[in-house]
Amino acid sequence: MIRLRSPVMLAALAPALGLLDLLAYGVFVNQPERGIDAALAAGRRPAAPDLRLPRLGATQPVSLNAWRGKVVVLNYWASWCPPCRDESPLLERWQKKIAPRGGTVLGVDALDVTSDARAFMRRYGLDYPMLHDGDGHSQRRFGLTGYPETFVIDRRGRIAAVQRGTVDDAFMSRSVLPLLEERS
Amino acid sequence: MRRAPAAVLVALALGLMPAAASAACPRASLPDIEGQVMCLVCGVPLNLADSPQASRERDFIERMIDRCRSTSQIKAALVSQYGPRVLALPDDSGFNAAVYIVPALMLLLGAGGAALAVRWWSSRGGGAPAPAAPALSPADARRLEAEMERWER
Repeated sequence: MIRLRSPVMLAALAPALGLLDLLAYGVFVNQPERGIDAALAAGRRPAAPDLRLPRLGATQPVSLNAWRGKVVVLNYWASWCPPCRDESPLLERWQKKIAPRGGTVLGVDALDVTSDARAFMRRYGLDYPMLHDGDGHSQRRFGLTGYPETFVIDRRGRIAAVQRGTVDDAFMSRSVLPLLEERS
Repeated sequence: MRRAPAAVLVALALGLMPAAASAACPRASLPDIEGQVMCLVCGVPLNLADSPQASRERDFIERMIDRCRSTSQIKAALVSQYGPRVLALPDDSGFNAAVYIVPALMLLLGAGGAALAVRWWSSRGGGAPAPAAPALSPADARRLEAEMERWER
């Protein structure tokens, strides 16, 4: 009978435990971020993660802080995402509505081919600023689980509302219009 | 009428041009590349993925194949679009380094464990030869002989 303390048992257990640790670490680091939703549910406005991404078709990254002082409707999308097609005309309409009042829609095209994204923008007549996150690395910090998802950021760079799914006029009116009245 | 043979030659040359171009084109294949890159949304190799993003990635690869790009050129183009994470073979930094370190570590641990086990087993006399069976008594030998003869009949 093999005893638990025997070298054979220890030699067999050590790698198995090591693998288990590795698996647990992998699961832990790949969990979606849910801090934003929890803070909003508690009535707080968490600071938006410091996003640094290039504009679509460019290489030099720009920071989300470049839009500090504006109300930003940060919209994650991709040209291969069917709900994003339905949502785009609404976002463009709202861009025209909020731009004169110190707001902007800011798109983040993620996990997408640049030429496909450009074709999509031409097709739907999108002319709001667009960032590109080719490998989708930024989405983990916003806790993205799908496309599209939208974050409404106030003039002080804090997330005031989130929509995990397509936005509609009711959400935009409820979440964006009051922020336009706030001072930075 | 001398123009007729010239026209035939031109037509032949034009007919051969696509074949020549095709021969010069490095034949990258979609299934081959699919096994070497990832579907980033699904987190599995592209050849196992069936999602809108995977389809778009396949379209991109097919467009590059149509433009006569080689496998390495297509992979480089994919990296420029999606970043290095698109490659099925991950880089050797951060958590991804585990992909390279763990198998080597497991091999070392396994070899060490086996060596330890052999030493432990031999120190407990596990390797000693089994004792020989006792010799048959003459009566038993006769009975065995009789039984064997009966079975052979």
